[in-house]
Amino acid sequence: MVETLTKSRFGIGTNAPRPDGTAKVSGEFSFSSDLWAENMLWGATLRSPHPHARIISIDTSAALGLSGVEAVITAKDVPGQLTYGLISADQPVFADSVVRYMGEPVAAVAADHPETCRRALDLIEVVYEALPVLSDPEGALDPTVAAIHPDGNLIRHQRIVSGDPDVTGDVVVEDTYVIGMQDQAFLGTESALALPDSDGAGVVMHVATQWLHEDQKQIAACLGLAPERVRLQLGGVGGAFGAREDISLQVHTALLALATRRPIKMQYGRHESFFGHVHRHPATVWMRHHADTSGVIQKIEARFLFDGGAYASTSSAVLINGVTHAQGPYKCDNAVVDGYAVRTNNPPCGAMRGFGVVQACFAHESQMDKIAQALHLDPVEVRLRNAMQQGDRLITGQVIESVAPVQRLIEETRQIPLPPEASPHPDPLSLPGGSGLASEARHVRRGIGWGVSIKNIMYSEGFDDYATARCTLKDGKASLKFATSEVGQGFVTIAQQIARTVLGVDDVDLEAIDTDIGSAGSTSASRQTWMSGGAVDGACRLVRERLFQIVGQQHNVDPLRLVIEEDEIVDPLGAFRVSVREATRDLVITEEFEHHHRPTEDLDENGQGNCHVAFAFVAHRAVVDVDPELGLVKVVQIATTQDVGRALNPLSVLGQIEGGIAQGLGLAVMEEIIVKDGRVLNPSFTDYLLPTTLDAPEVVARLVEEPDPQAPLGAKGVGEPPCISVTPAIVAAIRDAIGRDIPRCPVRPQDICL
Amino acid sequence: MSNEHYSLHINGTDHQVQDAWIGESLLYVLRERLGLPGAKGACEQGECGSCTVYLDGQPVCSCLVMAASVTECQIATVEGLRPDGGLTDVQESFLSEGAVQCGFCTPGLVMAVHHLLDTNPSPTELEVKEAISGNICRCTGYGRIFAAVEAVVVQRGNR
Repeated sequence: MVETLTKSRFGIGTNAPRPDGTAKVSGEFSFSSDLWAENMLWGATLRSPHPHARIISIDTSAALGLSGVEAVITAKDVPGQLTYGLISADQPVFADSVVRYMGEPVAAVAADHPETCRRALDLIEVVYEALPVLSDPEGALDPTVAAIHPDGNLIRHQRIVSGDPDVTGDVVVEDTYVIGMQDQAFLGTESALALPDSDGAGVVMHVATQWLHEDQKQIAACLGLAPERVRLQLGGVGGAFGAREDISLQVHTALLALATRRPIKMQYGRHESFFGHVHRHPATVWMRHHADTSGVIQKIEARFLFDGGAYASTSSAVLINGVTHAQGPYKCDNAVVDGYAVRTNNPPCGAMRGFGVVQACFAHESQMDKIAQALHLDPVEVRLRNAMQQGDRLITGQVIESVAPVQRLIEETRQIPLPPEASPHPDPLSLPGGSGLASEARHVRRGIGWGVSIKNIMYSEGFDDYATARCTLKDGKASLKFATSEVGQGFVTIAQQIARTVLGVDDVDLEAIDTDIGSAGSTSASRQTWMSGGAVDGACRLVRERLFQIVGQQHNVDPLRLVIEEDEIVDPLGAFRVSVREATRDLVITEEFEHHHRPTEDLDENGQGNCHVAFAFVAHRAVVDVDPELGLVKVVQIATTQDVGRALNPLSVLGQIEGGIAQGLGLAVMEEIIVKDGRVLNPSFTDYLLPTTLDAPEVVARLVEEPDPQAPLGAKGVGEPPCISVTPAIVAAIRDAIGRDIPRCPVRPQDICL
Repeated sequence: MSNEHYSLHINGTDHQVQDAWIGESLLYVLRERLGLPGAKGACEQGECGSCTVYLDGQPVCSCLVMAASVTECQIATVEGLRPDGGLTDVQESFLSEGAVQCGFCTPGLVMAVHHLLDTNPSPTELEVKEAISGNICRCTGYGRIFAAVEAVVVQRGNR
């Protein structure tokens, strides 16, 4: 394969520019919220103010009577399936008899202006009878507690038993860790434009999503239409991070368009967005590690409890990711792990970057430090002694076939120079608390912490996960067609780079991203470089093969001898040489390719099975300054080395690393959706704190490029790993600075100083 | 709804706003009435800076400004940075340094960075961070954005 990867201009391995870059910096790029249509109406959603209540009645007559209102719809207006969901269809399009979380949709309106919509929502009279709120996930496991959903309160339980469950270690450390509910907080809130077909029996939707075909399937089922009557085009996506894997406003927007026979635009504001998508699961993780006197892990025991909120979303898959990553990137033969994902009347939780592994990693990395502390070992040393290698067996029995350079990641990260010591007279802005000018330099203490992680990439548990791409070559120009959601990660750039390298062309057009081609699967699980990249690579190779055949025939050269060099087709063993442009004149070659990864298996009742496809690894070291009296933290530096297989676009990889670190930093010290008795207390950017430029640490990143033989281009996904172990590294650094155990994230001021 | 008529002076041109509701924000009027969607709405609270425009040369969050209250102001949006359709040095630098991912924050940041470098041509690292701390980016972690600002400072001969 390597022979074809000659350097073309902006081919694989270069910092090729984004094809959408110029439009994005100039403000011309069309995000889904920028779309508009003639005769368009606005849609808006009425949501439950209660976390759990019976709906006694809904009266829409006053809203319908308001001038400018064209439609008001409720559950009774859903013509098809009444519920939807990614894994199980357990979530109502509109609540019918019961609302199960605060913010659950109850009705929707279409009107001539967003303000008319708001007034119409105020005029819908819903009579509720409040029901007891199940807000404690432990309570959801109590069989005497009433089920809040016909499917019960337990979404899934999975046990893993590996090796000898009775083994004990010389050193035993344990704790119970709490991980808060994080929001993806993409900047471009949910939005869609729905255009009804003229016959009223179909709809075209422009929507910001992670997976067009899955949306199409779910929307069509709820509309009671054949999938081909629901055509989706990707509206420009303002970030995703998992929050667009489930559908949100799609069915509502389509229903309003079909009801009014007019285009409908719907867009959530920030407040509504907090209720409009799933969040990262809050979790409680108990772990007990047994180690020998040299710190080598003998056994892991763990219990995971994921709060899935009111509906299942992807909770069952998040759970599996959590329990199967309980050991982290460390060897371990013996384990007993139990995991539960449960329903509560809290906000529904599902996919967010890291997907269950974030929660596991926070616990196992905190435990590694406890082992080190118990044995007076360096935290780096204990990790090196346990580091997993290629060929090792996971607690699920699965053998790690991926490249697994864990030791090297740790060693290389350790070699990154530490930041200079804090100045005795620093700029107050650089102190914990920053412009609040609260900290004094003499109070500030510095700490260092480590985090290392393993992350599965692609979908697991037997899912036939595939991606489709089509390549057309004409007049020295390639064009690519795929349904891969570009959410900002830069797949569009990578796709062009692949085509340039494989076909020896400079110009690569990208056709519209829509459902007029087979599925690309979801832009999640760090999978698109591997999956859609594999599909684009496969389609381009098929085109190249046909081109070589045609050129070979024309010029009497054995096609098998031909290769691409720069922009030419060359016979390296002879004198033949022709430019791709010349060779493709008056020629159109089109090929389509589906890339499937190798099959995976379900876990058995003891959690055994080859359930994952491949793995990526990363190490993080954090340096923080802490004001122990005020409980304020400043993250000074993050050093990281990431196993990327091969960096197809090094600048893009760096962007993923720095961006992931910022999100992991958020979970470490500031980001948490606070829920009390099922009620969200901080659904705004004023109260839900996101890292700003002043919170951004220095990031020193190194890449380990050991191409993965399983990966179509040798490249592993790079999106999720950066945000996983940086969180425990930062929290470990805080513990190091103040000498106090903190078993939760995010770390709040009171966790430090009270 | 009400039917206000007023005129806004944007990027050097007068724009008539017809049959508008008096409560509309400048952001809404720019985006939904005047065909200038470069400013983006992401928080409606002035926290994220995605909607940054200039009012009489000062950067403001247009989501917090009532459109009908700024009829006397010179308004500048990202669309007006280069009327000839080319890119500014800041925009070019955002591209070459990898500062753009999803791009939703980008127009607001481009406006914030232009204002910073117009008023402080050779800012320190902390001055850069402070000046653009009102612009949230969820994708990049800001590293490439700092690099883009620094590249412009150097390119303009100020470092």
